[in-house]
Amino acid sequence: MSQAAIQVLDVTKSYGGEKVLDAIRLDVIEGETLVIMGGSGSGKSTLLRLMIGNIAYDSGDIVAWGKSLHSMTPRQMDDYRRSIGVLFQSGALFNSMSVGDNVALPLREHTDLPEPTIAIIVKIKLELVGLREDANKMPAELSGGMMKRAGLARAIALDPKVLFYDEPSAGLDPVTSAEIDQLIIDLNRKLGVTSVVVTHEMDSAFRIADRMVLLDRGKFVARGTPQQMRDSDDPLVRQFVHGLTEGPLTDRRRAGGYELDLLGGGV
Amino acid sequence: MTPLFRPIITVGARAAAFVEFLGGVGYLLRDAVLAIPRGLLGRRGRRLSWRNLWAQMVRVGVRSIPIVMLVLFCIGAILALQMAPVLKNYGATSQTANIISVAVFRELGPLVSAIVLSGFAGASIAAEIGTMVVSEEIEALESEAISPIRFLVLPRILATTVMMACVAVVGDLTGVLGGLVVSDSFLGISAAQYVNRTFEAVRVQDFVTGLIKAGVFGMLISALACFLGLRVTGGAQGVGVATTRTVVLTIVALITVDLMFTSVFYYYGW
Repeated sequence: MSQAAIQVLDVTKSYGGEKVLDAIRLDVIEGETLVIMGGSGSGKSTLLRLMIGNIAYDSGDIVAWGKSLHSMTPRQMDDYRRSIGVLFQSGALFNSMSVGDNVALPLREHTDLPEPTIAIIVKIKLELVGLREDANKMPAELSGGMMKRAGLARAIALDPKVLFYDEPSAGLDPVTSAEIDQLIIDLNRKLGVTSVVVTHEMDSAFRIADRMVLLDRGKFVARGTPQQMRDSDDPLVRQFVHGLTEGPLTDRRRAGGYELDLLGGGV
Repeated sequence: MTPLFRPIITVGARAAAFVEFLGGVGYLLRDAVLAIPRGLLGRRGRRLSWRNLWAQMVRVGVRSIPIVMLVLFCIGAILALQMAPVLKNYGATSQTANIISVAVFRELGPLVSAIVLSGFAGASIAAEIGTMVVSEEIEALESEAISPIRFLVLPRILATTVMMACVAVVGDLTGVLGGLVVSDSFLGISAAQYVNRTFEAVRVQDFVTGLIKAGVFGMLISALACFLGLRVTGGAQGVGVATTRTVVLTIVALITVDLMFTSVFYYYGW
């Protein structure tokens, strides 16, 4: 059964008069791993933040399990946020607390579980990401990969239905990046957690994706399975997916009037 | 658009921005107060909140006490030395203790402690929260359905308000002590005399109005710091800008509010 967990319906978002997202339509299907790709400034981070409810959209609607985000009461929004987990680009661990306390925070804030039970759950979550021995370390003592894994452990503390990843491979070496990808795959396949991954690392994307969408200047220019993306004839998609130096994206940058600017034509 | 309009527009824009700023800080304080029931008294919030609050109180208050004592001691001493020649002309050297104690308890204790704390508490809170904004920790809190106001702002405002009152008391006593040491050593007023005069001069009102001021100053310092910290944009430079603005704006706000309080107390004869 392919049910849409979250639906983005003709959402537009502008910042200071500039349209960052233009009438975006997207369905996140239960149980899938959806990869949202795009270059810098394509609007993918904004889309992520709209879907997790951290910023408000200007028009259109985002519907999560039948409820529109726009019309949610604060309590309903809290419920929504508890049913999703977010891994931010840097892990976004709370620097004043240890790894264990970071993972325990959602449990302490949102459940009535006694401390011993929370301690066990924290151990389980840390074991899932391979950090069980580092529960007492402070975030400042962790490497980049460990910070992301700790952030992921915190994101899954309340057993969310959907996990959002903001550039999970950013700044990581290839091996650690592959380890994180494997974690994403495991969480999706073994725990049935729906995953929405924003990234522009093609290797990662192809490793983990069930479906991919390509965002460019606020609009979707391609959707499909990884194979469909690889086989696409569209020049823009080809340039992005295969990392080519020649194509619509670079032509666009070159159209900026370089010669005129250098030789004194422009201001 | 005639050139005539431009200064009007500039002034108007500045005024509008100022009102927006005041409103923003006001809303922050309102949200913090509204968060008190869930934050301190709620079943779940309680586990973390009191630990959090205590940590903030130590950070804001306990660490600043040595500096406050040093500064107020010097101020008491300076007051005594400055006033001695003037009072001598009136044959009123014996009044030194009276004047110093009232000045310190009503005004200098709270105000100078607040200025010291605008560094310890204000700048430090603004920098800390600003850095959290830049590193996406605030967003992470929101995405965990934890209100940053309840979790971060409220403990800091409460801690600073309470600790300011405590620090002001310590400051008051130290200021009086500074005056005492100088009077006893150089001005020929014995310590016993000085203490007697102090008790003579200070009324309960002086002490209480000083405490009220101190509490309000504490609230101002932390509310401004949290507000400016939460609005940081632009990475490390933004944090630096916010920290500087916090200290400057706090000092201006402190003096302005002090003037308002003093006028009100004067009018009502407190």
